[in-house]
Amino acid sequence: MSLQFESVLAETDIILDGIMLTIGLSASAIVLGLIFAVLLVALRTLAGRWAGIAVDCYVELMRNTPFLVQLFMIFFGLPLVGIRMSGTQAALLAMTLNLAAYATEIIRAGVDSIHKSQLEAGLSLALSKRQVFQYVVLQPAFARVWPALSSQFVLMMLASSICSFISVQELSGAAAIIEQRTFRSFETYIIVTVIYLLLALSLKVFLLWLGQRLFAPVSGLARVDVKAEAA
Amino acid sequence: MTTFGLPEALFILRAAGWTLVLTSVAFILGGLIGGVFAIMRLSQVAALRRFAAGYILVIQSIPVLMVLFMSYYGLSAMGVELPPFLAAAASLSIYVSAYLAEIWRGSIQSVPFQQWEASASLALTRGQQYRYIILPQAIRISLPPTVGFLVQLVKNTSIVSVVGFVELSRAGQLVNNATFQPFQIFTLVALIYFAICFPLSRLSRHLEQVMNASRPH
Repeated sequence: MSLQFESVLAETDIILDGIMLTIGLSASAIVLGLIFAVLLVALRTLAGRWAGIAVDCYVELMRNTPFLVQLFMIFFGLPLVGIRMSGTQAALLAMTLNLAAYATEIIRAGVDSIHKSQLEAGLSLALSKRQVFQYVVLQPAFARVWPALSSQFVLMMLASSICSFISVQELSGAAAIIEQRTFRSFETYIIVTVIYLLLALSLKVFLLWLGQRLFAPVSGLARVDVKAEAA
Repeated sequence: MTTFGLPEALFILRAAGWTLVLTSVAFILGGLIGGVFAIMRLSQVAALRRFAAGYILVIQSIPVLMVLFMSYYGLSAMGVELPPFLAAAASLSIYVSAYLAEIWRGSIQSVPFQQWEASASLALTRGQQYRYIILPQAIRISLPPTVGFLVQLVKNTSIVSVVGFVELSRAGQLVNNATFQPFQIFTLVALIYFAICFPLSRLSRHLEQVMNASRPH
């Protein structure tokens, strides 16, 4: 067995485009999915019983079916009802809906962990219902579940490789093209696998840094309180 | 052009059987490898610990699809032509082993450290400590997350269609190519996956409540 990387490395442009699309799709899906998830958690927490049941059904349906089938439903199914979209758009929609379900479940667990007395304390300080939800419930809940959310984001980035099934030219789609051009399958996938590894590790480090940056003020306040009490 | 009828639905149902077979084989093989890696990860030999930690980190940081392609093309580059089922089962086992190793490492570590000390003071060897003291407790703790991971495995079997193995998703694609009724077909496919995964999810949650054990991640 002899490995020859030259012909594969000559296709750097395709690989770079693939990397950019993987990063772009993952970043957009994470941001949009999080916004959607916060809306769903708010709906489940603040709106009535039936809204809660509807949110739970959505979460369970998405969490108990494969991402690939969700992608096929959107890519092949939606055009039949008149919604035409490109492969990349279908991929972004599927990733967003999928991530939103997992994020809803994770954030909900964080929200449930906030004690009821915190809400009462917030309301007794004349905060509005919305302010209590934002500052007393959501922010501390996020700080608590950030590690779980982070691993879900990494899993989503890795799962974006499945979008190559509908010919989206993200990183694994790019690999498929290079493989057809060079007939160097193993070499192509070695390189692409190493790139995924680097992407995943960078994303983990970035999310760790972001978590410390975003949620440091909360724990900083807590430290001040403890000191004040000790004094 | 054919339409989506009973023969097609039966074809999809039969393929669901293959999804279950693939899940079982990958779970058993991956569980064996994962168990070895979990113990290695907690070994007293630093080299073994580092090797296991590296293996787990790498496999958990690359897409399952890449594990599949790497083992498929890697083996064929070495002149080994595996039939699609074996290629799929082998690569899913590698994927399973890394995740179960990490889950089980957490379970073993959440057994209180005093259990190790007490059993060591009774002159048990490390093997005996695992066999009689640690593992019986760790297995209880590991049950909810292990069943939870099984759901991930069932869903991830859907991607092995790329090496030409016909399981539930691939069967759906084939029927869709012939009939082009994607809504009906993929709804059926999704419902079958749901029928397999939802009870497992509930079981995992139920075990968690019964044992009052918290999830390692």
